[in-house]
Amino acid sequence: MTPRRKKRLALVGMLVCGVGVAAAITIATLQDNMMFFVSPSDAMAQTLPADRNLRLGGLVVEGSVDRDPHSLLVRFEVTDGAASLPVTYTGILPDLFREGQGVVAQGFMSADGVFEAREVLARHDESYMPIEVARALEQAGMLHGPLGNGTAQP
Amino acid sequence: MIAELGQLSLILALIIAVLLATLPLVGAARNNERLMALAPSLTVGHFVFAALAYAALTHAFLNHDFTVTYVATNSNLLLPWHYRITAVWGGHEGSLLLWILMLAGWMLAVHLFSSKLPKPFVSRVLAVMGMVSIGFLSFTLFTSNPFDRLLPGPLDGQDLNPLLQDPGMIFHPPLLYMGYVGFAVAFGFAIAGLLGGRVEREWVRWSRPWTLMAWSFLTVGIALGSWWAYYELGWGGWWFWDPVENASFIPWLIGTALIHSQAVTEKRGAFPAWTVLLAIAAFSTSLLGTFLVRSGVLTSVHAFANDPERGLFILAFMILITGGALTLYALRAPRIMTGKGFDYVSRETKLLLNNVFFTVSAAMVLLGTLYPLLIDFMGWGQISVGPPYFGAMFILLMTPVVLLIPFGPFTRWGQDNALRVARPLLASAVLAVVGGLLIAWWLDAFNLRAVAGWIGGLWLIAGSLAYVGRQKSWRLPRHQLGMILAHAGVGVFVIGVAMVESTTFERDVRFAPGQTMEVAGYTFALHEIASVKGPNWIADEARFSVSKNSRFIADMAPQKRRYHRSGQVMTQVALRPGPFRDLYVAMGEPLRDDSGAWSIRIHVKPFIRWIWLGALMLALGALISATDRRYWAMARREAESDGKAKASTAKPDAHQPAISVT
Repeated sequence: MTPRRKKRLALVGMLVCGVGVAAAITIATLQDNMMFFVSPSDAMAQTLPADRNLRLGGLVVEGSVDRDPHSLLVRFEVTDGAASLPVTYTGILPDLFREGQGVVAQGFMSADGVFEAREVLARHDESYMPIEVARALEQAGMLHGPLGNGTAQP
Repeated sequence: MIAELGQLSLILALIIAVLLATLPLVGAARNNERLMALAPSLTVGHFVFAALAYAALTHAFLNHDFTVTYVATNSNLLLPWHYRITAVWGGHEGSLLLWILMLAGWMLAVHLFSSKLPKPFVSRVLAVMGMVSIGFLSFTLFTSNPFDRLLPGPLDGQDLNPLLQDPGMIFHPPLLYMGYVGFAVAFGFAIAGLLGGRVEREWVRWSRPWTLMAWSFLTVGIALGSWWAYYELGWGGWWFWDPVENASFIPWLIGTALIHSQAVTEKRGAFPAWTVLLAIAAFSTSLLGTFLVRSGVLTSVHAFANDPERGLFILAFMILITGGALTLYALRAPRIMTGKGFDYVSRETKLLLNNVFFTVSAAMVLLGTLYPLLIDFMGWGQISVGPPYFGAMFILLMTPVVLLIPFGPFTRWGQDNALRVARPLLASAVLAVVGGLLIAWWLDAFNLRAVAGWIGGLWLIAGSLAYVGRQKSWRLPRHQLGMILAHAGVGVFVIGVAMVESTTFERDVRFAPGQTMEVAGYTFALHEIASVKGPNWIADEARFSVSKNSRFIADMAPQKRRYHRSGQVMTQVALRPGPFRDLYVAMGEPLRDDSGAWSIRIHVKPFIRWIWLGALMLALGALISATDRRYWAMARREAESDGKAKASTAKPDAHQPAISVT
């Protein structure tokens, strides 16, 4: 092999190794940070892994919001029409959090069947429903028609 | 009546765009002077009619013409006049119109500032940009017409989304769009080069200032969006790795790679094909960003209209533009010859590494953004990718960039010696390590992230200034001055991010009137919760006074607003900005007990202004570089010599070895 070819071979080898390592790291990090979306029905039907970050979506049950008078602890229930799941959260809820409205809670399933939310998201547009919530509701038969109708527009 | 004129203007603009996309191209191919001469006047006409359409929509907003559907859904009688002007781009249809106006503006600018360039080349650039404009004009006219009538019109409109009723929103979308659309110029230059069959150093040089300007606008646009989210969304964060943020960040990363690879291609003629590919990629990812945001396929805080038809249209358009460009690239790329070779230790290698890290970062962000869509599309369930993925990967990929940046300017083209390059930076390295450790210790932020941030940031600032110190004169040429400023800006940004991410003090607390609380050394006292009225909202206002060591610092009055028309509730954050820390207070909600207490969010954020200061330095650096006389002066000289060379013989110019000659 000419020195020039050797040089090229080394370069190509380095590139292949680099790309391989980068891809491996990327995929591992991606796997670690993937959050599965669950509906209350899913949560009831199966035991969800307790150590996994999950996203729970549905509607806040009317009349279920209960605030602790002395701390920032809030309890509420999230429903997809077929099942509902108790959620606890400590902190400040977003502006668009309301009973009867769509919500996405991010957190863990505790052993006693309560969803412990670390973060609660409501959309920033009054007329917009999270696509995941719309789908969960649709599957449970609470919304009729195609998805496009579920995500209401002004 | 005015709205119909606006509609007519849009149709005329479309017709002109169709002419512009075809006739000058034919002219350039056949060397027909008369057809090529049409390009400038068509460009001006295109701009005039786009501007008329835009003015017509603005007129409808200012005069409360609620018979126009778009006005009725995005404005109302109580909306102050300045927000009625910005409401033009507050929704989907209007923001498309803004996009079109900006594209027309960039095209006009290309025409005005490229009069010295060869005619066939400019004709092709304008024609390619005309094609892009056809796509956006027909998209607007056929799927998202802002001039659609609503008859009979309502007496009053719905409201502009309260989140958008804010000064930050006045400039964020236009600047972002200026950046997105600006990449269409680099795209146009690249495609024109491919169409002409010659990819040469000259066109890369001509396109450099345009790319720098577009990148500069995009940088400011993204920074403004981050600043706006910080004070408007009430969460206190400055970047969320939200899909829509990512959609604007991917073109930025590619654009960063592009401005560096353009430097190599222009100066040394190395990797020209790669530069062309990046120019195509920068604009394609801008289109992809538009598709992701506008089609509603992403779940995001920015969620706009969710309309599959629109999504399909943009997707088809994107495939057409990107696919067409890549096909042309595949056909012509083998004819682009490689430039001069270079050694391992050389400035080319440094810039190549820059390109590797930035394109890999872009791919990483793209993967994280599209992966949930792919999983969903395959029916494997619904997932989302958490911010830690992006954060961890980005730090991993950008650490080598931070370490390598200061070496770049010291390294010679072609071949250099590692020791020679490292020697002048020794002092900077020592300064960065010692200074970083000392400052982090002094600031009481002695943790890994803060220390690493200070060392990295000081290394960038000191290393960049060391280059200035080594020059014979302090009066650097502008392209170097811009580079130094931008690289130092990265340092300022790194320090800001490291401090905010490592030592922010955040607390959500229950706060009753009359109560006092100590937070991170600051004493917050809540005096009362009052009711206040605005033009189109009412609010609860918490009146705090803040002191430190018994010394009064500021009165802070966050609000919880309720907008009359929509009934939407909005958090208005109270901020006390400072160069070394921000005090941040937001109201949560009233707690139903007798004391009248509210949940209150209090943050003390160190050095957060440095994040945006760094971004502004980057943008200013790019702008200063773009105004360097060498780009413009050389463009003129070459155009003249090019003309002369053609007139005399067809032999290639000896001083400007062409990279490829067909």
